[in-house]
Amino acid sequence: MPDTFNRKDLLGIEDLSVEEIVKILGSAASFREVAERDIKKVPTLRGKTIINLFYEPSTRTRTSFEIAAKRMSADAINIAVASSSIKKGETLKDTALNLEAMSPDCIVVRHGSSGTPQMLARYLKCSVINAGDGLHEHPSQALLDMLTVSNRLGGIEKLDGLRILIVGDVAHSRVARSNILGFSKMGAHVTVCGPPTMIPVGIEHLGCDVNHDMTAAVKDADVVMMLRLQLERQAAGLFPSPREYAKLYGLDSLKLKRAKKDVIILHPGPINRGLEISPEVADGPWSLILEQVANGLAVRMALFYLLLGGVKDGISNANKSLNPDGVRLLNLR
Amino acid sequence: MKRLLLKGGRVLDPSRSVDGLYDVIVFGGKVASIKASDDQASPSEAETDAGWEGIDCAGLLIVPGLIDIHTHLREPGFEYKETIKTGTEAAVAGGFTTILCMANTEPINDNGSVSRFIVRQGHDLKLANVLPIGAVTTGFKGSQLTEMAELQEAGCVALSDDGLPITDAAIMRRALEYAKGLDLTVISHAEEPALVAGGAMHEGDVSTRLGLKGIPSEAESVMVARDVLLSELTGGKLHVAHVSTKGALDIIREAKKRGVNVTAEASPHHLMLTDHAVSDYGTEFKMNPPLRAGDDRAALRAAIKDGTIDTIATDHAPHSSIEKDVEFDSAANGVVGLETSLGVVLRLVDKGELTLAEVIRAMTINPAIAMGLEKGTLQVGRDADITIIDLNKEWTVEPENFKTKGRNTPFAGWKLKGRAIRTIVGGRTVFELIA
Ligand SMILES: [Zn+2]
Repeated sequence: MPDTFNRKDLLGIEDLSVEEIVKILGSAASFREVAERDIKKVPTLRGKTIINLFYEPSTRTRTSFEIAAKRMSADAINIAVASSSIKKGETLKDTALNLEAMSPDCIVVRHGSSGTPQMLARYLKCSVINAGDGLHEHPSQALLDMLTVSNRLGGIEKLDGLRILIVGDVAHSRVARSNILGFSKMGAHVTVCGPPTMIPVGIEHLGCDVNHDMTAAVKDADVVMMLRLQLERQAAGLFPSPREYAKLYGLDSLKLKRAKKDVIILHPGPINRGLEISPEVADGPWSLILEQVANGLAVRMALFYLLLGGVKDGISNANKSLNPDGVRLLNLR
Repeated sequence: MKRLLLKGGRVLDPSRSVDGLYDVIVFGGKVASIKASDDQASPSEAETDAGWEGIDCAGLLIVPGLIDIHTHLREPGFEYKETIKTGTEAAVAGGFTTILCMANTEPINDNGSVSRFIVRQGHDLKLANVLPIGAVTTGFKGSQLTEMAELQEAGCVALSDDGLPITDAAIMRRALEYAKGLDLTVISHAEEPALVAGGAMHEGDVSTRLGLKGIPSEAESVMVARDVLLSELTGGKLHVAHVSTKGALDIIREAKKRGVNVTAEASPHHLMLTDHAVSDYGTEFKMNPPLRAGDDRAALRAAIKDGTIDTIATDHAPHSSIEKDVEFDSAANGVVGLETSLGVVLRLVDKGELTLAEVIRAMTINPAIAMGLEKGTLQVGRDADITIIDLNKEWTVEPENFKTKGRNTPFAGWKLKGRAIRTIVGGRTVFELIA
């Protein structure tokens, strides 16, 4: 099995095969080791240029991609575009051609409009990584969530048959979409939960069940993933008040009592403490929220490595321990 | 003036239930006679007479000139997208002899001087008949009625704020009432803006998967219900533009049964495509109303058959790359349609879903009746607007060869069968397909 992908872009979980997901997670597990060394930098992508093109403000994801690129010795350039400054009269194709002129090897793009990374990828010769597009997908987030859960449980094969509960504004969440697709591809059973106003029509076609009763749904869950509530949705009539939302769909110790003892709690961050998740839960032993951040870095390093090829020697240390399947190595913890 | 003889073609004129082999003679810009084709009088014989021009139509279909009651010609104001010249060139190339153009120009066609400008341009081009549609409210603001009589005098044949709904029900009521006094039809672009709420495509499985904001079918049907009831209240003549949903069709069907003065149109793209076409975020599949679900498409086809849909209209909406080669959310709504409409819709005849007569009726006499035009028929004495179609002509949709400036077609690369090969307006050939 070749070490790199036979694909130019990483646009969504929807396009990925199970084998590809296994390969990414396996590779990411190896990069977790790099993070635990004294010298955290590998020369793998020396001479490569990676552009972080962010049309939406994002400190976490952008920083994660930037550090990932730097740890692999690539040159990372950040371009932040305020949507207000997008020039009228310039097409997306013009933008793509302008970027291409800088001869990057990879463009990491986040955009508020769904499908924009896909459109850019059609115009660009270099690799494109989707760092979140509109309400569509956020594939690196789902990959890091899958890595976090499989690390905790001791192997990617443990995802098979696992019960995942995703709670919150699924309609407006690209994290939810990518996770539904990802976990269900790996054999997990995904349920989404939220008020009907936040569950979009036909979501079950992505591979999940729907349950509007969180108190009931939480009982069977092995993993509870809480989505961030955006308060401005109140004005659009999606929920009557933060108070009632927290009561019905916030994860507090009362609801947690009904859950399995070893339930795993995830949140893509940043957290609204006291809203979708109560402080004692966020800080409790169930929560792997900080683990998610570390795994995010590893997943993004893996994506760069797999898409950009890199110098094989540069990662030899990490590579030595990389099982061809990338599976058993996930027993890192 | 020469006599024109269309010899030996199959004449299909749904306005008079005519379908058979006839010779059509045109004189003085009018249909002079239609007689059962007589093999004895060969066209060559006619051609020898200097006063005759004979066209051998054996194997071809002769129909009343096609009428498109919903186009956007963009002039004045958006000449980079389309001009009255390029739009009418596209029209005649698609077999259309009469087109109605919407008022969303810059300035808006809400006063007689804009209407007269459009009429004059159309007239000087001597291609298709260009008939403007005037605005219902000044500046499309939805608050004050336009001087409808003045618009009518300047050449407007109907009224619409197309592109925008008239959100105020009281204004819509008064518009229907006032227009009734002038015997003008009010064309409704039916959508409830609060339910559209920034949506970019049909709300359903596909929008959920793609993460695009959806427009529920009810955004249309809610408004169609309101407008039908207001038409019933006032007796005003209502035409519903680009119906896209099963729900709206049910409302219109019931209204027609009750005798409400309502007609409706469907576009070729809604008849042929569904929301699944959007799967790769192609902005050539973005229009308003959006491509709907398979059930809606099936209901539209059935509605042509049962008469709920009167007419096929293109909603020809040319845009440039500045509006289309951008993010899906930001891309402009609309597709071009004048040059593909006939060929695309003939597919439904080929598949046996509609008869040829049903399609031609929906593109000739029905739109004429809906807009109160003395057109769409080959009745002797009427304007000789005639379209000659080769039903066996196979061709491929190549946007780069369009006459329209717009390249925004959802049908690029489609292999079609059937095409207008000659378009005659007022007895003059204005388009001939060069083989
Ligand atoms: Zn419209």
